[in-house]
Amino acid sequence: MLEVSGLGCLRGERRLFAGVSFSLRPGGLIWIQGGNGSGKTTLLRTLCGLTPAMAGEVRWGGEPIRKLGEDYRRELTYIGHANGLKEDLSAAENLLAAAHLAGQQASRAEVAGALQGIGLAGREHLPVKFLSQGQRRRAALARLRLAHSRTLWLLDEPFNALDAHAVAGMRHIMEQHLAQGGMIALTTHQEVAIQATDAQALRLDEGSAG
Amino acid sequence: MMRTLRYIVSRDVLLAMRRRADVATTLFFFVIVASLFPLGVGPDPKLLRAMAPGILWVAALLASMLSLGRLFAADYADGSLEQLVLAPDPLAVVVIGKVLAHWLVSGLPLVLISPVIALQFDLPAEAIATLLLALLLGTPLLSLIGAIGAALTVGVRGGGVLVSLLVLPLYVPVLIFGAGAVDASASGMDAGGHLSILGALLLLGMALAPWATSAALRISLE
Repeated sequence: MLEVSGLGCLRGERRLFAGVSFSLRPGGLIWIQGGNGSGKTTLLRTLCGLTPAMAGEVRWGGEPIRKLGEDYRRELTYIGHANGLKEDLSAAENLLAAAHLAGQQASRAEVAGALQGIGLAGREHLPVKFLSQGQRRRAALARLRLAHSRTLWLLDEPFNALDAHAVAGMRHIMEQHLAQGGMIALTTHQEVAIQATDAQALRLDEGSAG
Repeated sequence: MMRTLRYIVSRDVLLAMRRRADVATTLFFFVIVASLFPLGVGPDPKLLRAMAPGILWVAALLASMLSLGRLFAADYADGSLEQLVLAPDPLAVVVIGKVLAHWLVSGLPLVLISPVIALQFDLPAEAIATLLLALLLGTPLLSLIGAIGAALTVGVRGGGVLVSLLVLPLYVPVLIFGAGAVDASASGMDAGGHLSILGALLLLGMALAPWATSAALRISLE
């Protein structure tokens, strides 16, 4: 279980948000909303431990994530604004490297399957620099198809640059993950109806009450 | 852990092979800088022999620094650095992998070509062997120290100049003992002492630099 209590963050001199509290149970989905610059990305980065919290605490299973370190990182998958793809490698090579780095045993067949499932069939072996923006996003999101064993997904604008078909595919992957007891925190500007038994929304720019 | 190390090294070496021009730039920079001196100071063999250790080491230092920008900057720009930091392995392991790969593609070729360059300076065979050994001990140390500077300046605009200001002073011990070893050997003395100190520095660097680099990376990513 992910618990966030009284989380606050400064960016330079400006207070981005303060007093953000919520908890996420297995099967839970939290939708982080807010205008541009309201601190959505910073909140996600704080949740995965990249940015230290100025106030408050993030706990995983009752333990602060700072203390858990690698044990916490083993539970989460973060897909940021940047795709984290190497331009000179193909989508398949990128995905294989990402899976290995995350400590997952992925075979070439699984990688090919994940890329086909996300609509990159026939493009797997093309260097990423020849892919379009939407295809790159798909290649980055293909990691999720191999990451069902990771409980917590933190997704920053996952639907950016995706077409309607790919959005539907992503929605399906996320629903599957939630049904298996996974947890998802995501930010998005798009209205996507994800079926979840336990869905909540968090608006960051409304007085940051949480 | 060893598996992660291997994946990182093979990923970075593969990436370097896809961009061979970058690797070649470092190597040619070393060759050209070291070759400019004989052309500039004239063909007096005695003078060249005396200057050779210093020139070769300074050229190696500059070449190594030239390639530091690539160590973390590209990973930072495309977001893979975040993924590396979030990997379920200690960040120091990731750093060791990246530094090792950096040395394999920018340090090792330089070591291997150095005997050919040394011929221009009329160094005796024994001094060339010492040069090879000293570079073999010293260039990994340059990559280790350089990684700290590269990690501190990742994401900073104009980081390239800043990294040279940060890193070059730290290279001084490597320069002194590296050039000292070749100097000693060229004048018929035993280079063992200098090489031992270089080896000790390398061990110290291997023990401390990955931790310093990981701490710097975490700060840079905040």
